[in-house]
Amino acid sequence: MKKILPNDNNPFFDEKMETMTRAQIEALQLERLQATVQHCMNSPFYRKRFEEAGLKPEDIKTLDDIRRIPFTTKQDLRDTYPFGMASVPLRECTRLHSSSGTTGTPTVILHTQKDLEEWAAQVARNLWMVGLRPDDVFQNSSGYGMFTGGLGFQYGAERLGMLTIPAAAGNSIRQIKFITDFGTTALHAVPSYVTRLYEVMQSMGVDPRRDTKLKVLAIGAEPHSEEQRRRIEEMMGVKAYNSFGMSEMCGPGVGFECQEQNGLHFWEDYYIVEIVDPETLEPVPDGEVGELVLTSLCREAMPLLRYRTRDLTRVLGRTCPCGRNHVRIDRMRGRSDDMMVLRGVNIFPIQIEKILMTFPELASNYLITLTTDEDNDNMTVEVELEELFTDDYRRLQNLTNRIQRALKDEILLTPHVKLLPKGSLPVSEGKAVRVVDKRTVYQ
Amino acid sequence: MKNTLKQLSIFIENKSGTLIKVLELFSKAKIQIIASTIADTQDYGIYRVLCSAPCEAYTILKEHGINVQLTDVLAIAIEDEPGHAALAISALSQAEVNILYMYSFLWKGRGVLVMRTDESDKALEVIAENDMDLLNEDNFII
Repeated sequence: MKKILPNDNNPFFDEKMETMTRAQIEALQLERLQATVQHCMNSPFYRKRFEEAGLKPEDIKTLDDIRRIPFTTKQDLRDTYPFGMASVPLRECTRLHSSSGTTGTPTVILHTQKDLEEWAAQVARNLWMVGLRPDDVFQNSSGYGMFTGGLGFQYGAERLGMLTIPAAAGNSIRQIKFITDFGTTALHAVPSYVTRLYEVMQSMGVDPRRDTKLKVLAIGAEPHSEEQRRRIEEMMGVKAYNSFGMSEMCGPGVGFECQEQNGLHFWEDYYIVEIVDPETLEPVPDGEVGELVLTSLCREAMPLLRYRTRDLTRVLGRTCPCGRNHVRIDRMRGRSDDMMVLRGVNIFPIQIEKILMTFPELASNYLITLTTDEDNDNMTVEVELEELFTDDYRRLQNLTNRIQRALKDEILLTPHVKLLPKGSLPVSEGKAVRVVDKRTVYQ
Repeated sequence: MKNTLKQLSIFIENKSGTLIKVLELFSKAKIQIIASTIADTQDYGIYRVLCSAPCEAYTILKEHGINVQLTDVLAIAIEDEPGHAALAISALSQAEVNILYMYSFLWKGRGVLVMRTDESDKALEVIAENDMDLLNEDNFII
């Protein structure tokens, strides 16, 4: 089954969709929104939602009418776990992904074969946009499995016709060997891992400019600053493009920077993008920071209407010198909830609290501090001791180790655990401050 | 006669200002510190204290929300002359008693070895067999 590709010199992968005027985009969005809403009536969840809101699919007559549709939240996904939000029978689904990172509160996203093909086309469109062609060699250092950054980029890069290397996460020496042996020209990685790879390259005497053919990096799944991106570009001698995705919307491919590197184009033939005030839930004007809300327009298995991503960002513009009029969205500037994103893993403080509570030796107060050390995200968990149960340092160290292991099993990262005497942590009035984010990205 | 001595083990953060908070409580209660020790560690330390009124000090520290434990330790008096510490410890060592920690100080012209061992019953046997001078809190009345 040979997929037709554009000519290499065409800057667009899907010229018709990518170069639509605003009016064309909006007309297509209305048509697709109406169809999606209609299709959602196959989902018991949305049928009930619409009934409760006194809303009928026919009521959506203009794009602005989207504001009459209730928001969908991550909690809704949890409440309908595993299949309660599907809009097609399970036998029509061919893939299941679960949200990345956490073990405590799973959410499930289903895909039909068509969903997977559209997803691959989105990713291919992004990679084409930054100049990758079938002659390129694409290496993906994402975790595979449930994490959509693995298979999402894999199928997208293959769809574009590139030689694609599913290197998966970790094992830096092997990654570097692949890069040099296979002539990798494009790499997908979380930004902190690029820094790590560079360090290992240096220790191996590999100069990325001299000894590799790397020219493009796709970086995402972890918040990073413009300065961090420029540093990565400088050290690796490449262009690094910001990628946005979330499993709820399929995975990577939702938004990607073009060669202007001035915001991520969110594909408005696939999604309706809203930015709302997280308190009032009213739309904010372009340029103002608010919460990103996404509606999928092409998904079959599990379309989501007005999904609250909890990511804070803003609209930068709706035109671009690259010729694409799909809305340009700023890099993510934080969260409207307490979720932390560390090295591509999503972590909620409640997960950490739950683990700490299982240790009777500990008091209930704790503090999570996030720091950036040499471009790596690190977490320190400070906890108070309830009773001094020993005066043996080894037993205290043993407790620290057990806490660390239990946390690692839950959040998949190894935090530094610091035992403190009771009363050491600040007691906050009202809502306790549990997380201090000192990472440079949010400053 | 009691065989052991009550030592306070106080959990403190390795940060300036934490030790003084504890010391001020001793000072206010007019409890005298006879000997104390703290090791150099990364995040926290256990401040070990022998004092004139361990049970009272324990209650006061507890009331102030401080992580504290009363620990039974052994104290042996030795002559303040070279070789006597080695004699005492070699007897314990031959009996395969492990010392978890130890500190020493001078008290009324004699040396005092304070220690926690992994098997205090066995340690007490060795001390009795070798006719060592075991101290208890009555020896430290000020």
